[in-house]
Amino acid sequence: MKKINWPVVLAGGLVGLAAVVLTALGNPVNMGFCIACFLRDIAGATKMHSAAVVQYFRPEIVGLLLGAFIMSVASKEYRAKAGSSPATRFVLGAFVMIGALAFLGCPLRMVLRLAGGDLNALIALFGFIAGIAVGVVCLNKGFSLKRAYDVGKAEGGMLLVVLSGLFLLSLAVPALFAFSEKGPGSMHAPALIALLIATAVGAAAYKTRLCMAGGIRDGIMFKDFKLLYGFIAIFLVALVGNLVTNKFNLGFTGQPVAHSDHLWSFLGMALVGWGSVLLGGCPLRQLILAGSGNGDSAVTVLGMIVGAAFSHNFGLAGAAANAESAGGVGIKGRVAIIIGFVVMAVVSLMNMPKKED
Amino acid sequence: MVDVRGLLCPMPLVTVRKEIEKNAPETLEVLFDDKGALDNVTRFVTGLGYKTAVTEEGGDYKLVLSK
Repeated sequence: MKKINWPVVLAGGLVGLAAVVLTALGNPVNMGFCIACFLRDIAGATKMHSAAVVQYFRPEIVGLLLGAFIMSVASKEYRAKAGSSPATRFVLGAFVMIGALAFLGCPLRMVLRLAGGDLNALIALFGFIAGIAVGVVCLNKGFSLKRAYDVGKAEGGMLLVVLSGLFLLSLAVPALFAFSEKGPGSMHAPALIALLIATAVGAAAYKTRLCMAGGIRDGIMFKDFKLLYGFIAIFLVALVGNLVTNKFNLGFTGQPVAHSDHLWSFLGMALVGWGSVLLGGCPLRQLILAGSGNGDSAVTVLGMIVGAAFSHNFGLAGAAANAESAGGVGIKGRVAIIIGFVVMAVVSLMNMPKKED
Repeated sequence: MVDVRGLLCPMPLVTVRKEIEKNAPETLEVLFDDKGALDNVTRFVTGLGYKTAVTEEGGDYKLVLSK
């Protein structure tokens, strides 16, 4: 069990390298890959929210779905399944997104921010681990969102088809969509290159079951550190990449698209950790599962997109620090995170085995 | 027979671990529909000293554990 799993290390290395390359090609610093940020940008591009600085149809999301789809079909493992508490998953997905956007990043961006020297992400990592530990307690007490069942093949491909169609439409008729002229949404790698890189990452992530939450969860539950090696590989490769490209900046202040509101970064990522364990994987893993035919994960991703829209429409997302403001999580965002914990607790309790079980 | 088809990770492993802790079976059959879950459980039970054999049936996998 303690043997290093090299395929996972290589997949993690590929993700780290992809993040460095995508940043060099135009993506925001420490945001070469961020599932939460990219889904939020897509929500903005499709006018589900009107935050002008975070609107762009990110090809990386389509690429991850496509890569997982191609690899699952090539491995003869593609299987359309659904029916495991989809409505609950939608709500959990939305709150995972609200927690991530309070911190300003999903677990993947948390690692990339750490690799860029952003120590605020270290506080968030502690929160993420704490949230996962709570989720593990729930699993050990028998929590389950119940089984999924085989469904028609088309059901499993719905999210990929819809997002691919919208992506092609955004290229063919961009006037239909909203695109940021400044801020993180305006910064992006060339679309086709981003799509290709993300497709490779999606294929590797599918094959190795790479999952940020899963690595820590399995370490706590089973002393199985296989997935954690991927986490470490992402960090190391991105760290070296940042050092080589002069983008490493150690400290709490002056970090790109970040704030130093530590308590709420901790709690936001604790919400993400708890929710990810209940869902069976982090936002990256949900995308990969959705690409390989899991309709429940597709619903989770849709929940995350709606959660992103809520985050910006209702002012729940964290504000990045800048020259005029220290940024941070406002009162509405704090209330939303507390509501998120209540939701996680209720969902956890409602899905425990009954006494007679 | 333990059926973990349709369960997302880590539930297949949690379910099998619970069965082993509760009943310490000499032999156990487990049904999977996910290769990743099959690999995880195989790694786990091998560490506990079980021998394993896998057969594929209509897209599902049957793992037989024996001491």
